[in-house]
Amino acid sequence: MRKIALYILVLLSSNLLEAQTDSSFIKRVPVDTSKLKMNMDAVYNRPFLTMGKMPVSVGGYLEANSSYFGTDGVTEGLSFQIPRLTVFMSSAIKKRIKFLTEIEFEEGGKEINIEFASMDIEFHPLLNLRGGVIMNPIGAFNQNHDGPKWEFISRPFSATTIIPSTWSNVGFGVYGKYAQNNFVWAYEAYLTNGFDDQIINNTENRTWLPASKQNAERFEESFNGVPLVTAKTAFRHRKIGEIGFSWMGGVYNKFEEEGVVVDTKRRVDLVAIDINSTIPKLNTYINGEWVWALIDVPGNYPEQFGKKQRGGFLDIVQPVLRRKMFGWENSTLNIAFRTEYADYNVGTFTDTGGNIFDHVVAIVPGISFRPSQQTVIRFNYRYHWNVDPLGNPASRTAGFQFGFATYF
Amino acid sequence: MELPKKTLILFALGSLIITGACRKLLPLAPKDEEVLAGTIPGLTPAQEHEHLVADANFGQVFSKADGLGPIYVQTSCANCHVGNGKGHPSTTITRFANLNGGVIDYLISKGGPQLQNRSIDNYPVELLPAEANVITKRIAPAVMGLGFIAAMSDQSILDNADPNDTNGDGISGRCNYVDPTSFFIPQNIHQPNSGKYIGRFGKKAEKVTIQDQVVFALKQDIGITSDFDTDDLYNYASGIYTGDNAPDPEVSASFVNSLVFYMRTLKAPPRRNEEDADVKAGQSLFYQVGCTNCHAPTFTTDKSDIDALSYKTFHPFSDFLLHDMGSGLDDGYPEGGANSYEWRTPPLWGVGLAKDSQGGQMFLLHDGRAHSFEEAIMMHGGEAASRRDLFSALNDSQKKQVIKFLESL
Ligand code: HEC
Ligand code: HEC
Repeated sequence: MRKIALYILVLLSSNLLEAQTDSSFIKRVPVDTSKLKMNMDAVYNRPFLTMGKMPVSVGGYLEANSSYFGTDGVTEGLSFQIPRLTVFMSSAIKKRIKFLTEIEFEEGGKEINIEFASMDIEFHPLLNLRGGVIMNPIGAFNQNHDGPKWEFISRPFSATTIIPSTWSNVGFGVYGKYAQNNFVWAYEAYLTNGFDDQIINNTENRTWLPASKQNAERFEESFNGVPLVTAKTAFRHRKIGEIGFSWMGGVYNKFEEEGVVVDTKRRVDLVAIDINSTIPKLNTYINGEWVWALIDVPGNYPEQFGKKQRGGFLDIVQPVLRRKMFGWENSTLNIAFRTEYADYNVGTFTDTGGNIFDHVVAIVPGISFRPSQQTVIRFNYRYHWNVDPLGNPASRTAGFQFGFATYF
Repeated sequence: MELPKKTLILFALGSLIITGACRKLLPLAPKDEEVLAGTIPGLTPAQEHEHLVADANFGQVFSKADGLGPIYVQTSCANCHVGNGKGHPSTTITRFANLNGGVIDYLISKGGPQLQNRSIDNYPVELLPAEANVITKRIAPAVMGLGFIAAMSDQSILDNADPNDTNGDGISGRCNYVDPTSFFIPQNIHQPNSGKYIGRFGKKAEKVTIQDQVVFALKQDIGITSDFDTDDLYNYASGIYTGDNAPDPEVSASFVNSLVFYMRTLKAPPRRNEEDADVKAGQSLFYQVGCTNCHAPTFTTDKSDIDALSYKTFHPFSDFLLHDMGSGLDDGYPEGGANSYEWRTPPLWGVGLAKDSQGGQMFLLHDGRAHSFEEAIMMHGGEAASRRDLFSALNDSQKKQVIKFLESL
C-alpha cells in the first residue's frame, strides 16, 4: 500500500516537473465558483490540473506548519509539522462516469491512507451511483476537510474525535441533487463497512470513535457483517446558505462468533447538523457543525466510557482587506475566530448523581492571508481547557501555530 | 506548483514570531503548593528520569489487549488516585467476606476478597456471592509522600503504640501485625513479631510495604497479573481459565518496581498559607484538643537506599496505628489483625487539596461518607469521641480556625 502510494507520488511529480517546462501542456481545470456547490461536492470541487492529452486530472494539497504549545506551564518547544500531503486524481472515464481518488500521506508519510477512491455513475441528476472508498457524509467537515479551505490549522475536536474525520469506508450508495432557481436540495445515502469494538476497547480511557480508524481491515471486510448506514440531506439557498442534516449508524460489536450469539447488537449512532452562510455586504463567512453521538456501551463498563457524546464548532471568518497585496491580485486578509466544544461523556455518576464532565472547550482566534483562493497562510492562537470526568480544575493548553496550506 | 518565495519568507518570519511569541499567552503552571505532583527534593537526574517513566506507568490505561480484567474495578491506577490525590465515589472498591462466630472467611474460592464490578466485553461482572455477609467500601486515598512513610522504622511506629492505654489518655493505638506476602524482603527497619510484620499502608494498615499494595492493586483493582502474582482473576461463576486470554504475567517485575519507585519518590504534600494567623491558631487548637494523639505530626525516616529519603523529618499527621473508631465507623470487616471497628489513622497531609481531585466536593473518611472537615470530625467515635467532643465545644470561630488549618495541609 505504502509502495503503491509512493509510486503514484513519484509518477505524478515527474510528470509535473516535465510539465513545468511547457506551460501549455499543463492546464488548470476551471474551478466552479458558482454558489450552488455544496459540501457534498467538495471532493470534486477542487483545483485540478490536466496534462496534455492525459485523461486524468491531478491535484493535491500540502499543509505545513510550526507550532509552539504549552500545557499547564510545560512547553514542548517549537516544532514543525507536515500534518498531511494529499494527492488526488480524477478522470472522466466516459460521459457521466467519473473516478476520483484521494491519497493522504500523514505526518511525513507515517501513515498513508486512501481517503477516497470511488467511481460515480450518473443516471440522472437525482440518481447517481457511487461505489468504492467513500467519505461518509456525516456533518460537513468529513467530506470537506481540505486544509486550504480552512483558516484554522488544527481540525476541530468534535470533527476529529467524535466524528472521526477523515472517516472513510468501503461501500456504495446513491446521491442526487435537485436545483430550482436559487435553491438546491441534495441527498446522499450509503452503506459501508463501519466501526468496530475498539471504540470501547482502547487506551483513551473513554468511548473513542477514532479508535476504529486503526482497523485497516475495515477496507477488506466488515467487523460484524452489519453495514454502517450514512444518510444526509442538505438544502442550499444561493443567497442564504446551506444547512445539512445527517445521520450515521450501525452496529459496532461482534455479537456473533462462529454462529454463536455472544452479545446483543450494540449500536453507535451519530446525528449531525451543519450550516454555512456568508452574510451579504459584510462578507462574513459563518461555518459550523454540531454532532450528537449515542453509543450502546455495555453495562459492565466503567462510567468513564460515555454513552452519549456531543460537540461542535462555529467558525466566523471576516475578510478585512481584499486587494492587491505583495503583488498578488485579489488577495485577502481575514480575521477568524473559532469556538469549539466536545463532551465525551454526557451523563451523571450513578453513585453521586453528579455530572460527568470529560469535556474540552477551545477558542481559536486567527489571521489568515490568501494570496489566492488556493493558498492560505495562517496564524492561529489556540487555548483549550480540558476537564476530567470528575470536574477537577481544568488542564489548560495554549499555543501559537503558523503555517500554510495550499492546493497544488 | 507555485509556492512563491514571498510565501516562504512569510512562513519563516511567522515561525520566528512564534519562537519569540510572548510566553505570557501560554498557560502558567499551577503553583507548586496547589497540586499533588512532583518529586521529593534531592533526587539525582537519573532518579528524576525514572520517576517520569514511572509516572507514565501509573497513568497507563490498560485495555483488553494489555490483559485488563477479565474482571476489574478500574482501568488505571490514576483513575482512582486522581492526580495522585484522593479518589471519587464512582471508583470506590468493595471487599466482602463471610463472618461466622468471629471466624472470618475472605471467600477466596468465591472471588474474594475484593469485588470486581466491571469486566471486559462478553464476560460477566462478578456478583457478591450469597455467603458474603460483611461488605466494606473504600475510597482511594492520596498517594503522596509514601516514600517517607515507607522509610521510617517500625520502632518509630511502636513508639506511639499504647495498646493498653497505660498513659491513661483514653487513646490506645496498636499495630496491625500481618502475615507478610511471599515476595516480602525484610529490611533493617522491620521488627517482626512471631513471623508477622507491622502493616503501615492501607486503611486498616493491612499492607507492610508499598510493593504489597501495588501487586494487590494491579491484580484486584485492574485485573493485571505480575511476576509477583501470576494467577489471573476470573469470575468464579464462570469457572477458572475463563478470562482475558492475555499471557500471564501481564506486567513484569520491573513494571511493578517502577510503580513502587514512583510512589516512593512523590514528594510530601505541600502546605499552603502556613503563616496565616488563623491557620496558626487552628494548628494550636488541633494540638490542644488532642487530635495529635492520633494524627501525630512528626516522624523521621531511617537510612534509605534513596539518599533523598534518608534521615528526613516529615509531617504526615498520622501515627499509623489502629484505633477503635466506634460503632458509627464500624464496617463489620476485620482485616489482618484489625477489628472491624478499627481504622489506621489516615495521614492528613494533602487533605486540603482533596477537593481538587474529588471534583470540587469532598468525600472524606474510609468510604467517602463525610462531605466536609466538620462532618468528618463529628463522625469520629470510639477512642476519638473525647477529642471530637472537645472540638465540638470550641466556639464557631475556633472551629473555623481548625478547619483553616486542615485546609492548609
Ligand atoms: C479501583 C480503584 C483503585 C485502583 C485502580 C488503584 N487503587 Fe490504590 N487504592 C485504592 C483504595 C480504595 C485504597 C485503599 C485500600 C485499603 O486500604 O483498603 C488504595 C490504596 C493504595 C495504596 C496505599 C496508600 C496508603 O496510604 O496506604 C497505594 C500505594 C496504592 N493504592 C497504589 C496503587 C497503584 C500503584 C495502583 C495501580 C497499579 C493502584 N493503587 C490502583 C483504590 C485504587
Ligand atoms: C483516636 C484517634 C483519632 C483522633 C483522636 C482523631 N482522629 Fe481524625 N481520624 C482518625 C481515624 C482512624 C480516621 C479515619 C476514619 C475512617 O476512615 O473511617 C480519621 C479521619 C480524620 C479525617 C478525615 C481524613 C480523610 O482523609 O478522610 C479528618 C479530617 C480528621 N480525622 C481530623 C481530626 C481532627 C480535627 C481531630 C481532632 C478533633 C481528630 N481527627 C482526632 C483517628 C483519630
